[in-house]
Amino acid sequence: MAINRDYLGRVYESPQPYEVTRVKIREFADAIGDPNPVYTDAATARAAGYEDVIAPPTFPIIMAMDGAGQAIVDPDLRLDFSMVVHGDQAFRYTRPLRAGDVVTTTTTIADIKALGGDERFTLESEIRTTGGELVVTSMIMLVVRGGAAKDRDTQGSAA
Amino acid sequence: MTATVRYADVEVGTELPEQVYPVRRVDLIRYAGASGDFNPIHWNERFAKSVGLPDVIAHGMFSMAEAGRLVTDWTGDPGALAEYSVRFSAPVIVPDDDKGAEITVSGVVKQKLDDNRVRVDLTARSNGAKVLVRAIAIVRLA
Repeated sequence: MAINRDYLGRVYESPQPYEVTRVKIREFADAIGDPNPVYTDAATARAAGYEDVIAPPTFPIIMAMDGAGQAIVDPDLRLDFSMVVHGDQAFRYTRPLRAGDVVTTTTTIADIKALGGDERFTLESEIRTTGGELVVTSMIMLVVRGGAAKDRDTQGSAA
Repeated sequence: MTATVRYADVEVGTELPEQVYPVRRVDLIRYAGASGDFNPIHWNERFAKSVGLPDVIAHGMFSMAEAGRLVTDWTGDPGALAEYSVRFSAPVIVPDDDKGAEITVSGVVKQKLDDNRVRVDLTARSNGAKVLVRAIAIVRLA
């Protein structure tokens, strides 16, 4: 069955703020194998002009995926997660996230459309400090394989 | 901090040196833990094959992170990145051996923009397939 179009424009607020910590940044930098000391050494980061260690550019996917998860688990959205693949990803930065940031994420269902037999589901997440500063915006486009085709089959059998 | 590469020293066509990033099963386990993405297609061969994949595949975001390193290592300042976007075009297939797979990343300055910014187009390949397309970084140079 196709994704519920009534959900276009729906907004999800993160249930609680996310605290960016040195330890989590180090864990993430280690996981992507990036030895840049600006991610792990506060003195290096300060010498580079930052208040504290900064997070790698793809770190905000943690918050963006949480936002996407809030939408995806809603059964009335009718999104078959077992058929989902990550299609596109984009980030637009005001500045890097850094240790000490406390951020909230506002995720909007920005687009739902059929293409070929698939459906494309786009989520835009604005990640702001609790003080209101926009730090980074994430766009996730998910491809739901066969979503549109299955809907046509459903309509066909109903007709 | 500002980038160590100067806008004036860069031309359309300037190439970023190619890098090869290894990816083994253990890297995917570690990335799953760090990112919170525990989709079993990234660590469970039985599950991956049951949904039609040839084997366990890397997280798309892992490939995006590796390709991004080419840019942040080139500019010298990860904070110089203004925009970064990719399309995931093929999976990185990671076999269950000690060698794993490789992601080969190259880049070229495609356009000089205002405000000392340049557009870098990235290419990422693994096992002969283009794993990222439309991979574009906008960076602010010194």
